[in-house]
Order: sequence, then C-alpha cells, then structure tokens
Amino acid sequence: MKLPTFRGGIHPPDGKAMTARKEIEVFRPAGNLVYPMSQHIGAPCAPIVKKGDRVLAGQKIADSEAFVSSPVLSSVSGTVKEIGMRMTVSGGMDQCVVVENDGRYEYDAALLPHGDFRPLEAKECLRIIREAGIVGMGGATFPTHVKLSPPPGKKIRWVIVNGAECEPFLNCDNRLMLERTEPIVGGLEICMHLFPEAEGIIAIENNKPDAIACVQEEIARRGGNMKVVPHEVKYPQGAEKMLIYTVTGQEIPPGALPADVGCLVINVRTLFHIWTAIIDGVPVVDRVISVVGDAVETPKNFLAPLGTSVRELVDAAGGFTEEPAKILAGGPMMGISMRSIDVPVVKGTSGILALTARSARQLEESNCIRCGRCVTACPMGLLPSTLDRAVRLREYGEFETLGGMNCIECGSCTYVCPARRHLTQTCRDGKAGVMAARKKAPKTEGKGEKK
Amino acid sequence: MNRLLVIASSPHIRSDMSTTRIMAWVMVALTPAGLAGIYFLGLRSLWVILTCVVSCVATEAIWQKCTQQKISVSDLSAAVTGLLLAYNTPPSIPLWMAVVGCVFAMVIVKHFFGGLGQNIMNPALAGRAMMLICWPVAMTTWTVQGISGPTPLAIIKFGSAGASLPSLFDAFVGNMGGCIGETSALALVFGGCLLIYKGVISWRIPVTYIATVAVLSLLLGRSGGPLLEIMVGGLMLGAFFMATDYATSPMTPKGQIVFALGCGLVTSLIRTYGGYPEGVSYSILIMNLTVPIIDRMTMPRVFGEAKSHGSK
Repeated sequence: MKLPTFRGGIHPPDGKAMTARKEIEVFRPAGNLVYPMSQHIGAPCAPIVKKGDRVLAGQKIADSEAFVSSPVLSSVSGTVKEIGMRMTVSGGMDQCVVVENDGRYEYDAALLPHGDFRPLEAKECLRIIREAGIVGMGGATFPTHVKLSPPPGKKIRWVIVNGAECEPFLNCDNRLMLERTEPIVGGLEICMHLFPEAEGIIAIENNKPDAIACVQEEIARRGGNMKVVPHEVKYPQGAEKMLIYTVTGQEIPPGALPADVGCLVINVRTLFHIWTAIIDGVPVVDRVISVVGDAVETPKNFLAPLGTSVRELVDAAGGFTEEPAKILAGGPMMGISMRSIDVPVVKGTSGILALTARSARQLEESNCIRCGRCVTACPMGLLPSTLDRAVRLREYGEFETLGGMNCIECGSCTYVCPARRHLTQTCRDGKAGVMAARKKAPKTEGKGEKK
Repeated sequence: MNRLLVIASSPHIRSDMSTTRIMAWVMVALTPAGLAGIYFLGLRSLWVILTCVVSCVATEAIWQKCTQQKISVSDLSAAVTGLLLAYNTPPSIPLWMAVVGCVFAMVIVKHFFGGLGQNIMNPALAGRAMMLICWPVAMTTWTVQGISGPTPLAIIKFGSAGASLPSLFDAFVGNMGGCIGETSALALVFGGCLLIYKGVISWRIPVTYIATVAVLSLLLGRSGGPLLEIMVGGLMLGAFFMATDYATSPMTPKGQIVFALGCGLVTSLIRTYGGYPEGVSYSILIMNLTVPIIDRMTMPRVFGEAKSHGSK
C-alpha cells in the first residue's frame, strides 16, 4: 500500500535505534533548578516570587498579562535562591528564577483535578490549559491556549496530532505514545470536546509500528471520531504544512494559518499535558528528553523536571565517550548548537544530542555545481541554490520574488548539497534581510517587485 | 570537556554525496565505454584518453595557481572533462591537438566563466567543436583496427560507395567507426544506468533525448531505422553523459524534459537537413545556451501557491 506523504523531502539516517526501546526513566535532579522567563513564543514572563520564598512543585512562579504568553511553574518544592541572568540553551542570557530543591516534591494544589472533562465549558478548559503553562511541546513552544482559540468564523474540521517525530535520533514522542497512550488519546478527546465538528487524526511515521498499534488500540477502546494515519517515513514530515498536506491533501497558502484550511496541529506531548492538567490537575513541570548521540555513553530517555541542568542529564547517561564536536538542543536537522551544557532544560527541549566530529562534520563550501538536489529536496518547492545566490549578492528583492520567505528552514537542502553549501543558513539570512528592509521602509515598497 | 564546542547553523548532519564522489561515479560509469573503445578501436585510444585527462587536470591546476585561486583538481571535475573530451575524439588524433583542445576547454570555456558550475557550455563539447573547426580532417578520420572508413551516419547521409552500415549487433557492442567513447551503446547504457541507479543523474534527460531522436527518425523517414539511429553518432554518450552535465542543464525536473526534447529535435534536424552528418555535439551546445531561460520558465510551484503559477 502506498502511504501518504508530501512532495520533496529527504531520508537522513534516522539514528533512532539508540533509544527507541529504552523506557522513560524518571530523573531526580540533585542541583538547583533554573527557570528562564522565556520558554515560549510570545511575551516573556515576569517573576511573581522573591528571593527566599518557599515554592511548591506546580506553583506558578512567573506570569505575564499578555494573551500570547505562558506562565512558568516550579517543577520541585524548595526555596527561591536567586533571580538573575543565566545562560539558556540558545546561548543567550535570560532572566531566570533559581530554586533550591528540597527533594520532597510537595505539590501545589492550585490546579484542581477534574476527573472528567465533559462537564467543562471550552472557556474553562482553555483557562486551565493556560494556567498549566502548556505550550507546543514539539519544540515550537507556541502557547496552546492561543492555538486552541482560532479566530471566530474559522471552522476547525481536523485536529491533527503530530506523532511524526521526523527528526533523526529523537524518541521522546515515540516513547510517550508507547508508555502514556491513554492521556494522549484522551487529550485528543478533550480537543474534540472543544471542536465538536472536527475529526481527530493521529499521524505517525510508519517506522514506529509499536506506537501505531498502541494508539490504534486505545482509540478502539474509546471510540469516537478519531483515527491513526500512518505515513511514509520522510523528513520533514513533522513540519506543520507537510503534515496537513499529507493528512488532508490541502496546501496552506503562503502567509496563511492552519486554521484557514480548517486544521489544528498539536504535538503528542502537548495532548498529554492537556489531559493531565484537566483530569489530574498536574501542570507542565517535566518533559521527556532523549539524551542521545554517538558521543554519549548510554543514550537514554529521561522524564526530567523542567529547570534541570543539561549537565546532570548527560552525567546520568554515563557522560561522553569522547569529546563531542557539537551538542545540540533538539535533533540534528533543526536543533540549536549549544555553547555550554550548564543550561537548564526548558519546555521546548526535546532532546540533547551530542555528536562526535565524525557525525557533525565540518565541511568546506565549494562552488555550486547546479546538480538540482536542493530543488528536489525542498518540500516548499523553492530553488535553494538560486535563493542562496540572491542572498549572497544582497538581492533581497529577488529573494522575496522567488518565494524565499516561504522557507521553513527544515535543512533538507543543506543536507543534500554535495558542494556543502550553507543553503539553509543563507535562506535564514535572506529572510532576516527582507524583514529588516521592510522595517526600514514600511510604506515605500513596490519598486518593480510586484508578483 | 576542555575543547570548545562548535556553534553552527542547522542542519548538523550532511549526506555522504559530495562533488568529488559524484565526479568519481561519473568516471566509473564512463570506464566500460573507454574499455570498449580501446578494444574495438585500438590501443592508441588509451594514449589519447591519458593525454586528455592529464592535460585537463594540469591546465586547471596551472590556471588556478597563476590566478591565485584555490587549486580544486581534487574534485575530479577536470578529470571528467578530460575523459569526455577524449571520448569525443577519434583515436587517430595527433596528441598535440588533443592537448590544445583540453586547454581551450578548461581555460576559455570553464574558467573564463568562473570555473566549476559557472560555465555556460559543456567544456568537453565546446573543446571538441573548436577542434572540429580547426582540424576537420584529423577530427573525422575514423579507423577500426587500423582500417579507415566512414561512420554510419555519414553513410546514411552521403551514401558512401563500397561501405555498408554496421549490423545492429556491431552498433550495439561498438564494433564500428567513431570517436573513442561513443561507439559502444552497450557500455554507455550500462554506465548510464549505473549513474541513474546511484542517483547521480535522473532518467529524464537521457530517456527523453533518446526517445525524441527515435520518434523523429521515424517521422523524418531516416533510412537506418530508429534503433540504429539511437545507437550511433555518439547519441548514447551525449544523452547519458554530456547533456546531463549539471552546470549546463536545467535544475528543475520540468526544465530537464524541455531541454532534452530540444536536444533531440536539434539533433534530428542537423542529422537530416544539416550539412554535417552528426548532430549530437552541436545540439547539446545550442541547448546549453537556452538553460537559463528554461530554468526561469519552469520554476517549480511554491507550496501553497495557486496551481497556475510557474508554467507561463
């Protein structure tokens, strides 16, 4: 049977075998917990605790008035030791609340366990989701209560669950689907309670047969308008636009949102939190993290409290077998390379990947040979080599005309380029260049750049 | 940890296919045709091949040294050009002429336009075209095991007395007059399929090109028949190895089809109506010049844009 998929894409070695069969281990940190104020897309939070305060696990320690924002919660019980600047995974500095762990994990009862979601109104569900600090846990960290509040008039026909996990090496979503199947499918039921006219679809890459079977079983047990759609193994299947196309056959026009084509895409871990927040009253205080890579002694999947130092997780995985060349937060295709492992785990940290110089090769760029591999690989139908040329010549108008702003930065073009050109990077530069030019000249556009 | 970590833009892993590896595969795929040339046309073919490869590599290295560029001969692209140029010359060519052709191909056609990937015409074919103009007799003296005779296409065109067309079998294995690397359809198809299998080239250009020539030979009523027509005159070499040159063929899938259709059309027109029996080299050179416009007109549709875009 031909499985659904999308145009373009690549098949990188998946590296999943290292942790695919390793059960999630609960990790208890020894050191202090550090909570950055910006763990989500939107307005940063401000601390609502002071140095010396006693906090409980699950207690809100920072919040913001803005709609597009998400509160930060303490993941342990203990004392606020400090509020100050700390390095985060991206290598930048952010204001952080530092909590000394008393090791007792006393829970705050601020969130009530509801046991059943059916009597709750949509508004109340969204309030709980916001208070629980839920954001897009796939890595995009967009506040979930905002995503679940589409503009009025947009009818949601499909709630699509992203279980693709197309990034090589990572297994956190896979393990979660296997070990926490009930809250995931239950979370989807809650979403469909919010959008009663929608069909629930869980999209899983075909390389996770166990997860597909588990989820199918759970759906059969619950009934309802839900189904699993297994799809072809191809990167970047987990990208929102590709996933919607694969599942519904619709292409999101440039600049439009999933809600414009009646879709809502939610990561499996996000569903898990929606369920635990509403049913059990447990907010986002931990996450599953794959600590993996060819430089790691014993790769593992941890369930770690947010704020845990990455160094502690690496040590718990046996440390490094050799000096890694790169340590990434996330997968090898879109992950961020870290400056230091003395940074805290945040809501969007799906994995810690330590690669040796053999896997994360540093290669010299050479001339484009016009082989067209990037054109075939680009899931957005762009011409990466032509965009690359435009950006290097600082022709941002040309970059925009060629559709460069549609680039989703998946990295497929750079991966396949035999001349080792940094195509994704120049596309990022191009997008930044266009944005800067727009900012500079807000009203004087259109000098022959009409489409 | 005492060493510093590398900070770089994603993605952090790369595929194994590099420019050098691509060129190496092209050389491997060309080897059977060269062996066939040496076997059927004589040992002198080997000396021509070696001369061309060495002079192309040396020319590129010297040019880059003189112009203070990074010497890039290790990417093997110059060696491939040398190999292809040798395959496009008769085995009896004086070696000094081959050297001049190589220098022309590397310096004027390739490096004057910016080097690898920047040239607007296939260097090997342009080198051959120059040699054909300068030394028409030396470039069209065909010998099979020391006996000279006309090529099959010349027989079809001019009807040479006393000479007869090769059998389909001889044309298929390469037992006929011609340039060093062009005669054995068997070896070329084998090499071409290897490249397609390895993902170095796509099927689009060779299949479309060969099919176009076959169909047009029927429509134009050529006397040799479509099977002979596609096995002679360097069409296999051109379709699998010259027209698929990355730098001088379109990048877009649709563009590659258009380009190959054009190659097939021009080849058939030259063969039938031109003053010259063989049309492969010139048709590819002419179509090379249309690549920028083909690429522009066949831009793929951006994901999410209206379906009519891109096919103006």
